[in-house]
Formats: sequence, structure tokens, C-alpha cells
Amino acid sequence: MKTLITCTVNGAEHTLLIDTRDTLLDLLRERLGLTGCKEGCGNGNCGTCTVLVDGAATNACLMLALEAPGRDIVTIEGVSLQGKLHPIQRALVEHGGTQCGFCTPGIVLSAKALLDNNPSPTTAEVRHAIAGNICRCTGYDKIVDAIVGAAATLQAGGR
Amino acid sequence: MKEFAYACPTTIGEAVAALQADGARALAGGTDLIPQMREGRRQVACVVDLKRIPELASISPLADGGLVLGAAASATQVARHASVAAAYPAVAQSARLIGSLQVQNRASLGGNICNAAPSADAVPALICHQARARIVGPAGQRDEPLETFIRAPGKTSLGPGELLVSIMLAPVPPRSAATYLRFTPRREMDIAVAGACALISLDAQGRIAAARVVLASVGPTPVRAASAERHLLGERPAHELFACAGQRAADDARPISDTRGSADYRRSLVAVLTARALAECCTAPSIQQAKP
Repeated sequence: MKTLITCTVNGAEHTLLIDTRDTLLDLLRERLGLTGCKEGCGNGNCGTCTVLVDGAATNACLMLALEAPGRDIVTIEGVSLQGKLHPIQRALVEHGGTQCGFCTPGIVLSAKALLDNNPSPTTAEVRHAIAGNICRCTGYDKIVDAIVGAAATLQAGGR
Repeated sequence: MKEFAYACPTTIGEAVAALQADGARALAGGTDLIPQMREGRRQVACVVDLKRIPELASISPLADGGLVLGAAASATQVARHASVAAAYPAVAQSARLIGSLQVQNRASLGGNICNAAPSADAVPALICHQARARIVGPAGQRDEPLETFIRAPGKTSLGPGELLVSIMLAPVPPRSAATYLRFTPRREMDIAVAGACALISLDAQGRIAAARVVLASVGPTPVRAASAERHLLGERPAHELFACAGQRAADDARPISDTRGSADYRRSLVAVLTARALAECCTAPSIQQAKP
């Protein structure tokens, strides 16, 4: 069954025809073409589909598109500012905190949810914040270093 | 996923009415229901979304000094609520253990209860605080202790068309503390091999006047360790006493052997976790100040 919904993604309001069975992940990828949001496990274990819903890190695969109206949704495509990388993204590049990159969008959004609420987290808090984002390429050290580095940049007023 | 109807009620009355339909199922966080539907493990004809019912997402004080938690309140909301953190820290602590932060931001307290998993992290602390479940259905409203509400793995006492609307916690007596500890091979994103929540209240002389020990993952439902509780009553807090209570709790446990651990291993864990949880209770200022 198709239905029309209105939702806010990356600051823009969209009115979309969705299948009632769509998850938020389907809505983002298939209806809006925002393919930065990835499907890994499809059941909330891997975190590659992490987006922000009203500022909170959320697995897009665990939310129905029908639940989106009235929510403010931010994807990786909405994180960079006028084509300029967000300090979290830049720090991941500079620290080599990426390999294949599949988990990176989710990690960026989990890190953003953390730093928006806790501007100077401890390493343990960073590790806790990304515990729901699985990276299978590498260890997490460079990712953690990058997030700690981004926090320092943001604290210093850098963008 | 099969086609389903979607209802988005804004009152409890509307939600209960919508749940009378054949194959209707309540949706709160969706962290269990949505994968079950996608993987075809559960057929749902009508999804009744509870998240637009303000009462179900609220946390507020009760007249008797207790606290009422709306069944659709998220784990994050429970963990961060000032009154929960202040008076029921073990409840806040256990809400922080459910899945990842992404899951905690969505998963509801009511969902963790109604899934009735023996490993449900939120439940032992709630039972320690004598939680009562408020249920609304076609025949009206009823209250039941959470301890009996959970019947078997995946089974609660919810009848057809009934909805768990809230959890009511008893007021916390003075000189009390509670702690939930669990054992998982990984630090995060794991399911308890065994868990233990302990609550103790001291009398004015520093003796244990009330004790509750509730275990996770060592029986078909959360297990009340009654003989451990009896062992503690009337005694002064001490490490030997806690070690003994841990042994009793291990006897009270009814674990099975499965991929996460053998029954014997789980009993050993229960002894250790119970003793540690009791010892940790004693580090709380409320207990420290009460000890003679």
C-alpha cells in the first residue's frame, strides 16, 4: 500500500509517496537517493544505517518510514557545511580513521550525537558512543583518536 | 514484509480500541518488532504506534512517593530522567545496558518487559523496586506485580487486546541502595550470560530490614532469589554475609546450558554477581551514612 507522508530530512521538508512497509532506511535510500546511509545487518546490530532523529543517533533500519512525520532527520549528506567537511569528517581523514568506509557515515553521526551533547568526552565515552557502530576493517583506535581530535577542534571554535 | 495497517492513536483509549483488531500489535521502539516483521518471524495485520500518546512516554511522581514510568518511554529517557537517576539508580544503570545507544534511543521500557526475554536487562531492577504493571484492556484497567506479569520466555499475562501502559515503582525506603550487575563476554552490545540485581534497606540500627535479589538469564523468567533474601534479613552488611547470600542465590537460580554458557557456569556467575552487587550497594552514600 502506498501513502503520502511529509518529513524533514537535512533541513528540507519532503512530501513523498512511500510504501507503508518502508523503513526509514528505505525512505532515505530508495525515495530520496541518500545512499550515504548504508544497510549492513538490517536488524540494529551494526549501526551502518545510523542517522540522527531529533538529534538522537538512531538505526534507520529499526524505524518505519511511517514514523518519520514530525521528526527532524539528519543523514551524512546533511553533516557537511556548504561542501566543506564537518570537523568530525576531516578528523577521520586526517587520522586515517577510515578504511573501506562502509561504517564511516554511521560513525560520523554517532560521533556528532555525542559531541553535540558532550563537547569534551573522555576516550571511554567516545568508545561507548560508537559501540553500536561495527567496523570490520580495523581496530577502533584511529576512529577514537579522530573523534577526540574533532572534539578539540570544535572546542577551539574550529569548523 | 507483509502488508499491514498502521494506526497512530493519541490516547490510551484509542490505542486499546485499535488493538482489538485481529493481528494487531503495539509498536513502541520497534527495535524487536520491526526486525521480527522484516524477517517474517511475526505476522502483524495492524501496527499500533504508541509513540504519539503523551501519557505513555512520560515519567512522573506518584502520590505515595513512588514513580510511574510510561511503557513507551525510551531506555535513554529512563536513564537520563533526574528522578530515576536520583532515587532508582539501578533502573537507570540497567536501561544503559540495553543494546547500543542507537537502540536505547528507540527501545522502550515496556517493550523490554513485554518481550519477556529471560535476559531483559531492565527487568531485575524494576522487580527489586516492587514494580507493578498497569494494564488497560477491553475490560478496563488492572494492576499486577511485574514479577507475575512475566510468565515465560516471550510470554506475559497480557490478554488479547490488552496494553501495558505503565510501570509503577514503590517509594524507596530511607537507608536503601540497589545495584544491577551482569556478565557479558563483550563489554558492550551483548546479552547477559547472567545478571543480578540487589536491593537492601537498613533499619536505624544498621541491620538489613529489607532485601531483594532478582536474577537475569538464569531461568525462564527473571528469578527472585528468595533464600538469598531471607539470609540477609536482620543481619549487618558484611562481605562473608554477601558471599553466603551469593551461594543461596546460585541455589535459587534455575539456569539452562546454551551457547552463551553452561548451567554450572551461570550458577557460579550468580554467586559472584550477587555478592558483588550487595557489596556495591554498601558503597552508596545512603548506606554508608546509615552504618553504625
